[in-house]
Amino acid sequence: MHYLIGNLGHLLVITAFVTSLLSAFAYWKATTLKEIKEKNSWLTNARFAFVAHVLAIFGVVAALFTIIYKHYFEYHYAYAHSSLHLPGQYMLSCYWEGQEGSFLLWMFWHAIIGLILIKTQKSWEAPTMVVFTLVQAFLTSMILGVVIPGIDLKLGSSPFILLRDAMDDPIFKLQPDFIPKDGNGLNALLQNYWMVIHPPTLFLGYALTLPPFAFCIAGLWQKKYVEWVRPALPWSLLGGGILGLGILMGGYWAYETLNFGGYWNWDPVENAVYVPWLILIASIHTMITYKNSETALKSSIILVIAVFLLLLYATFLVRSGILGDASVHAFTDLGLSGQLLIYLLFFTLGAIVLAIIRWKEIPSSEKEVSTYSREFWIFLGATTLCLMGFQVLLPTSIPVYNKIIEMFGGASNLAPPANQIEFYSKFQLWFGVAVALISGTGQFFWWKKIDKEKLKQEMLTPLLITLLLFAFTIAIAKVYNPAYLILTLAGLYLIVSNFKVLFTLAKLNPKLSGGAVAHIGIGMMLIGVMFSAGYSKVVSLNNTGMLISKELPTEFNRDNLLLFINEPRPMAGYDIEYRGERLEPRRKSGYINKNDVELTLDPFKVVAIKDIVFQNKKLYSAKDTIEIFPENTFYEIELRRDGKVAASLFPRVQINPAMGGFIASPDIKRKFSRDLYTHVSLPMNREEEPEWGKLEEVKVKIGEEFFINSKYSTTLEEIRRVDEIEGVKLAAEDVAVQAMIKVQGEHEPYTVSPFFLIKDKSQVGRLPAEINDLGIKITLLNILPETNEFLLGINARQKDWVVIKALEKPLINVLWVGTFVLMIGFGMAMVRRFKE
Amino acid sequence: MKKSHILAIGVIAVAIVIIISTAGDASTYVNFEQAYQLASTGSSTQVHVVGQLPKDGAGQVVGIEKSTDNLSFSFLLLDDNNKEQKVFYNEPMPPDFLRSEKVVVIGNYQNSQFIAKKILLKCPSKYQEQKLNAGV
Repeated sequence: MHYLIGNLGHLLVITAFVTSLLSAFAYWKATTLKEIKEKNSWLTNARFAFVAHVLAIFGVVAALFTIIYKHYFEYHYAYAHSSLHLPGQYMLSCYWEGQEGSFLLWMFWHAIIGLILIKTQKSWEAPTMVVFTLVQAFLTSMILGVVIPGIDLKLGSSPFILLRDAMDDPIFKLQPDFIPKDGNGLNALLQNYWMVIHPPTLFLGYALTLPPFAFCIAGLWQKKYVEWVRPALPWSLLGGGILGLGILMGGYWAYETLNFGGYWNWDPVENAVYVPWLILIASIHTMITYKNSETALKSSIILVIAVFLLLLYATFLVRSGILGDASVHAFTDLGLSGQLLIYLLFFTLGAIVLAIIRWKEIPSSEKEVSTYSREFWIFLGATTLCLMGFQVLLPTSIPVYNKIIEMFGGASNLAPPANQIEFYSKFQLWFGVAVALISGTGQFFWWKKIDKEKLKQEMLTPLLITLLLFAFTIAIAKVYNPAYLILTLAGLYLIVSNFKVLFTLAKLNPKLSGGAVAHIGIGMMLIGVMFSAGYSKVVSLNNTGMLISKELPTEFNRDNLLLFINEPRPMAGYDIEYRGERLEPRRKSGYINKNDVELTLDPFKVVAIKDIVFQNKKLYSAKDTIEIFPENTFYEIELRRDGKVAASLFPRVQINPAMGGFIASPDIKRKFSRDLYTHVSLPMNREEEPEWGKLEEVKVKIGEEFFINSKYSTTLEEIRRVDEIEGVKLAAEDVAVQAMIKVQGEHEPYTVSPFFLIKDKSQVGRLPAEINDLGIKITLLNILPETNEFLLGINARQKDWVVIKALEKPLINVLWVGTFVLMIGFGMAMVRRFKE
Repeated sequence: MKKSHILAIGVIAVAIVIIISTAGDASTYVNFEQAYQLASTGSSTQVHVVGQLPKDGAGQVVGIEKSTDNLSFSFLLLDDNNKEQKVFYNEPMPPDFLRSEKVVVIGNYQNSQFIAKKILLKCPSKYQEQKLNAGV
């Protein structure tokens, strides 16, 4: 038992909690006191406390990592989220599989950002850090794991809890020091490189919304209503970029790993972060307007506060268990819902009350903005983004309304929209169009003073180019749906008009072109989303007409395809053929045919029967022991066009008890214009004994050719006498022979050797040989010395099969490239603002 | 009228449309009886029905029928009022289907048959295991 590290970790959590409160108090003093000397001494105290807090957080992170890395399974966190076989790079992912670790990650980023703020923001330090340290205190309380004596209230859930305290297993009564040999392991779905970097990126995005909020609150509090915008803006830009990147990484992971056929499912958990991101983007725009023209200060304040509060609301939704019935991947309740609610309400009420008190004093411009001004268009765009967020927020909160109605004794049977994707898309599409048109047009007002005539002049060329590109696009892509046509047009317009701005700026001042680049990225993303989602089509349609019930309506057609091994079928212009089950070695890239290896007692190891060659490269020699991932099976699917192999896909099926038993992941054939996305929808159940057909007998001579199942050419090549069978020596009077039989399969010859044995001169034993890929079993039934013939018995079974689903996703790469361009734009804008 | 007023009216109008449409498109949790009545009024609204798979004395799920090519299947579902209904699903049976404690079907009645467009499974101990695993 390693008690020290856990006790140390727990002590550090408590230290972090106390120091955050101390630091908050000291910063409060430093803010409110008037006298310079006192102020400075409190400031020193506050900094000291904050540095101690940061060190404690780092210590907690290190302690938890040590527990995971050293496999201390006496701790619940290591037991629940890790295992001995977990590859090193995924040890980090163990952190964010659990709630406590993800809180820790969030605090870790806050700690680093806090240090940067102390270093760079001298005049703002004290009031902003009050907000910062309070947030940290709330977050630390979530992992505190302390029971307040007297009222028996448990505060937080500690990651350092021992297994015996977390689990009610009888073994701990008999043997309190019991330590399991191995952990439960990290959910295999999360053993993916995207899952190593997606959560830290997302939580960095979360953390980056705190500085703008802190500056804004500090501004309201210290009556510096105007000045807070300048230091806040670069943080908002960085946050907008990182949070957007984090969200899209999650989408990309889902696209590669899950099998719902897309990257965005409008699941409440996804929506919960999408809404704050939209509002964050809106706030960036109003802040930029404000910096240039003194309008939109009030809306900036509202939006910056709203972003942070919406993130807290998202945290509440995802972690309180309230979404339990509505989402497929929300966390379960750790008993923190009350604490989360207090966290949310504290900052909501605090910020709103402060804003109301100060509202009258906030300067605002009464001047009516002109339609031909940049401010008007930016404001319009920000409003659209807010409505866009509102439309998603409202239905996502349905479980919350039900809860509230229940709290007041009512009953509500409201469920989320049955078809979430259709429901959200039909609105978001038009908001997307509006955003594209507004931001495309708004860019012409870059130089502020522009009138109707000048605008017409400016817009003429971009409009013509847009129309030309539009005609070209729809002619090639055959878009006929009116809504999609309009979205394509709007997206192209956004791209073209921003290219124009980009060219003009490239001559004048390239540093200012971040906005134009970001908007081009958005335009590309809109077009990519429209094509990949709107024109995604199932290509694995079943047309055999075998239905389960004749009474079913005719539209009951199926989107899956049943493939028997080595029997090609036409699909999407290819001949598609299932080639068998494969394993993935741990140490080398490539795939191993299951028929080429033998299982061992250790599920993580197999032994090669023959040399293992993958795509003309020898991976392993015969008799090598190979480490594998036992939970994963890959199904090789070959696509051929005109007889040539166009692609080999390896969709995966993973045995994953944590997710309900079974997870299929796709494999994707990528081309620039479209992705072909294929996943297994039903694998064969290997645990069921196969049903063998009735035995057929054939009499053959050595060297004679015959046919099995009237299609596989077979030859009995040789009969040889052996004196051992599978390593077992035979007694002197026993006789055993081995037949060498060659069967020509669809792609390759198989050589099998059934045995025939006479033991103790009378007992006959037969050891049949099976060819898995062909679904046949050959037995050497008898030797007929009179005619020099051999009697072979052949059984056949249904061949191996797999059911797959395949979809085509056109232009999805435009979305990914667009995301990349958007990030470059954010980066450029941020660098410029940080320099100011 | 000032432009800001027009904008404000526009925003309110859009917000109202959003609220109405959310209320209209929100699905409901119902039982089979209610779902049938809804469909017999000519509505093709998709609803959520929560139920359990009926089991025989030995704890085996009964009433599963698979198509010969495994590409679709039907099953019986007992709703909260213990009404049993045959449900058709045009996808292969999810392998963990038989182990699920609760099944939520999203779909509607078509000619007195319930066609599920989507199935949500609630499996036991999805996250929290209360027993230590093997290798002890």
